[in-house]
Amino acid sequence: MVEKALFTILMEGLFIKNFLLIQFLGLCSFVGVTKDTKSAAGMSGAVVFVMALSATVSYLLFTYILVPLKLEYLALISFIVVIAALVQLVEFVVRKNVPSLYRSLGIYLPLISTNCAVLGVVLLNVMADYSFSQSIVFGISAGLGYTIVMLMMSAIRERLTLVNVPSAVQGLPHAFFIATLLSMAFVNYFRVIPI
Amino acid sequence: MADSMKVWSEFIRGITKDNPIFGLVLGLCPTLAVTTSVENGIGMAAGTAFVLIGSNVMVSALRKQIPASVRLPIFIIIIATFVSIVDMLMEAFTPPLYAALGVFIPLIVVNCIIIGRAEAYANKNNVFYSLIDALGESAGFLLVLMLIGGIREILGTGKIVVFGHHLLSVPIEPATVMIMPPGAFLTIAILMAIVNHRKARKLARGG
Repeated sequence: MVEKALFTILMEGLFIKNFLLIQFLGLCSFVGVTKDTKSAAGMSGAVVFVMALSATVSYLLFTYILVPLKLEYLALISFIVVIAALVQLVEFVVRKNVPSLYRSLGIYLPLISTNCAVLGVVLLNVMADYSFSQSIVFGISAGLGYTIVMLMMSAIRERLTLVNVPSAVQGLPHAFFIATLLSMAFVNYFRVIPI
Repeated sequence: MADSMKVWSEFIRGITKDNPIFGLVLGLCPTLAVTTSVENGIGMAAGTAFVLIGSNVMVSALRKQIPASVRLPIFIIIIATFVSIVDMLMEAFTPPLYAALGVFIPLIVVNCIIIGRAEAYANKNNVFYSLIDALGESAGFLLVLMLIGGIREILGTGKIVVFGHHLLSVPIEPATVMIMPPGAFLTIAILMAIVNHRKARKLARGG
């Protein structure tokens, strides 16, 4: 098998296999925190950081501890614990240094540990058998792809807050209609690099 | 008699008022990602049901032993254990389904429905009612996944095939977009709008 170029992985993470719009990972925060751009940006920053960190740590854990000891069946449990610990760390740092961000993120910061996007990165890395550098690039690019879509979505929703839509469509259905259109645009990236 | 009424209402609540998707709005990722066909929806719901029943029973059985301050990590470990079991069973016995569901089987562990029910219900109720609650929520999840999977499969491919049985076919031009990601968003948007509309009407009637 030809080793995937880092650039290909970068493009996959950003657009072709975009976590929110193509792979449906991390949708809770996608509809929950995109009502204004500031929280969306804060959440995205936290996710990028946690994703890059957990991709690194979980690669080391899997390759140097679980595989030599033949404990691959514990992978899921150990990844979850590692991510939860990292999220706790990020929470401490944000609470201490940026209290305003901590207040606006509210419930969503602890929820990163049950954010499927972060665990998704880690599991996809293991499934694709990525090397160390590939894992890190995939972690960062998936986080940046998440950021792009979160910012687009929150900007659109901010401008649409005063639009008069039928009461049944207000809120979540409206967000999903916007997501449909965004997703249609992203689906066409499939054609850029055949997978 | 009153007891069996309560059992029934606890069960049916998972399908109607506390439906995981339309009532509680939990667990959206698997709902949208794997519903390209009815078959995948059933597979996903079965896996989730196993984990949900296992974790609800286990959490409620241990609820007096689990210290409140560390309950979430303990819930997660319990859930992850059941998910690992499902993951291995599906890999061994249903390889095609396992391949189709891909990363979403291990991702059951972060499905908010499961930890949500552990925290909101199993942690406060006895084993029997927790089991009923898990069964109800699983049934609600199954119905929603089959509904979304059915809509997308029939519009996207023009037919419904479940485990090799050809159930239904309609003479329409298949709209491939429905089995691609945008179709998932469109389907859930329309279904949620319908649910909202019905809720609003019910509220207006004063009931």
